[in-house]
Amino acid sequence: MRELTIKDAINEALHQAMEADPDVILMGEDIAGGGGRDEHPGAMDAWGGPFGVTQGLATRFGRDRVMDTTIAEAGFFGAAVGAAMTGLRPVVELMYVDFAGVAYDQLLNQAAKVRYMFGGKQRVPMVVRTVVGAGFRAGAEHSQTLYSLFTHVPGLKTVAPSSAADAKGLLLTAIQDDDPVVFFEHKRLYMTKEHVPEEAVPIPFGKAKIVRAGKDLTIVAIQRAVQFAQEAAEALAVLGIDVEIIDPRTYSPLDESAILTSVAKTGHVLIVDESYPRCGLATDIAALIADQGFDSLKGPVKRLTAPHTPVPFSPPLEDAYLPLAPKIVAAARALLRA
Amino acid sequence: MHAEPVPPATDLVIPPPETLLAMYETMLTMRRFDERVRDLTAAKSIPGYTHTYFGSEAIGAGVMAALAPTDWIASTYRCHGHAIAKGVALDAMAGEIYGRVTGTAKGKGGSMHVSDFDVGMLGAFGIVAAGIPVALGAALTAKRKGTGQVAVAFFGDGAVHQGVFHEGAGLAKLWNAPVILLCENNQYAEATAIEYHLNTETIADMACAYAMPAERADGMDVVSAYTAAKRAVERARSGGGPTLLELVSYRFSGQYEGDAQAYQPPEEMARWRERDPLVTFERLAPERGVSHDAIEVVAGRVDAAISAAFEAAERAPFPDPESLYDDVYVSYP
Repeated sequence: MRELTIKDAINEALHQAMEADPDVILMGEDIAGGGGRDEHPGAMDAWGGPFGVTQGLATRFGRDRVMDTTIAEAGFFGAAVGAAMTGLRPVVELMYVDFAGVAYDQLLNQAAKVRYMFGGKQRVPMVVRTVVGAGFRAGAEHSQTLYSLFTHVPGLKTVAPSSAADAKGLLLTAIQDDDPVVFFEHKRLYMTKEHVPEEAVPIPFGKAKIVRAGKDLTIVAIQRAVQFAQEAAEALAVLGIDVEIIDPRTYSPLDESAILTSVAKTGHVLIVDESYPRCGLATDIAALIADQGFDSLKGPVKRLTAPHTPVPFSPPLEDAYLPLAPKIVAAARALLRA
Repeated sequence: MHAEPVPPATDLVIPPPETLLAMYETMLTMRRFDERVRDLTAAKSIPGYTHTYFGSEAIGAGVMAALAPTDWIASTYRCHGHAIAKGVALDAMAGEIYGRVTGTAKGKGGSMHVSDFDVGMLGAFGIVAAGIPVALGAALTAKRKGTGQVAVAFFGDGAVHQGVFHEGAGLAKLWNAPVILLCENNQYAEATAIEYHLNTETIADMACAYAMPAERADGMDVVSAYTAAKRAVERARSGGGPTLLELVSYRFSGQYEGDAQAYQPPEEMARWRERDPLVTFERLAPERGVSHDAIEVVAGRVDAAISAAFEAAERAPFPDPESLYDDVYVSYP
């Protein structure tokens, strides 16, 4: 069985989606690279974005479909909205989610609202692929996750895969979807490998994955936290604590029933997210459980998130910032008084 | 300097009388429609914010006459005139402004968002300059699919300070997109006069930063607006890329209905009233082959249509509260 990294799985999904549908185009900053130097050997596809995720696509499909833009996120986000409304399926790359601020209006007020605001006639089948996450010693403006800024907005869908097969299947769904989708790629997960089917098999939105079945404690883990939770679950198993890990995979729509079903089974829940705590996904999911799962709880709904600080640079500080496995183990033991 | 009249477009293209009369009917419909909106807002019969188009009617009518029905436009919160000229049904427009189920957006949009995708309106956007990159995107689709369509982004003089104006202009030139950046320079950005906010002599001057063709012309004469727009449309359609078109008008309206307009000198207003697009049309009508009798016939027809639209809207039901949940997504499990 062949294995692919998340990075290569995304690249394969883009190849297959563009092969299948000539209306799929890519836009972004240096998603090919080498613009203006095509006569120079090696210029074409010199970059493929800063992480090489889109490498090879310009060579395969040409610069007309793999469009290097100027450093003008609001401009090309808006162009994607207009192109999506009129018959293309643009996939735009926001190089780092931290740059969302300069482009946000086009997502918040145009992409998300034109359908509702103008009577249901428009469709905006665009995808924003963006890179999130701490752990690269990249500092406060290249390390955030910001899932909640997009999940908060009616009209947008949000997807944050934690494995290669999910990344491929969910990106294929995102591109085929008729609504605007924000697709988060975690920079520290790009090299994570697993078996990925060669065929283009979309994975539906709104279906959580049970990453590990267990009976004592539910951990709802968001993107990279799935990896931390898996490490923690091994340690907790040694202590006789049987953990169930739920990866919601998509946050709008959210598979509420999978979370509530698991909590009903275990009675204990810990939600782990490397985002800021206030108004974040962990807080949102905690509210869902308090609201609709209260009767099955045997203890408090516990959140483990990053602190309410920017992401720090210095390695010991950044490590202390993240909800790594030892913190999950400690939180789980406190919750179960074990 | 800026408040002075601007010469008409060069090499005026004067359309045949029946076309001129149609332009007049469009302008008069805009005027009468927004007079109702003004009065109904003052009477508190219309909920929410309204923005009228008084003074720029010649721009909307002239530009739209230069477009094909299949061409795209992106409008702003001052959208009623654009919607009328692009062919949105008056009943649906009035219904939307009243928040009724018969409205263009079934009551979800309101006065700032009167738009109909089916007649080529990408939308009417409430954020200043937001429609510029959206129109660019529609132009990109037209170019990629070879449809020959052109997209026009309407915006006011205040919008040229927004990032998306510059980002959109840069990308439009980079992609040689069939898009027209159409600045309705009505000389006021909200409550701020153009002399205060504009760094360059004219808005058309800003095109030099993008090596983009530009034209500045009188926006009070519908034939001037039509001529300039026609040139830009032909350029876009024939593969010549984007144009920045500055058409100069004057905002007789306040920024919003209810604005006391304390910042607009009365003598300035009076001077520009002499150049009112309807007055200008009527003054030039005889030499352009349009009789005053023909104008009278149009006027009667317009009044009847406006009355019918607003009466229908007043009678129309409000949306069912259950419809609150409709049209957020195409699909959502």
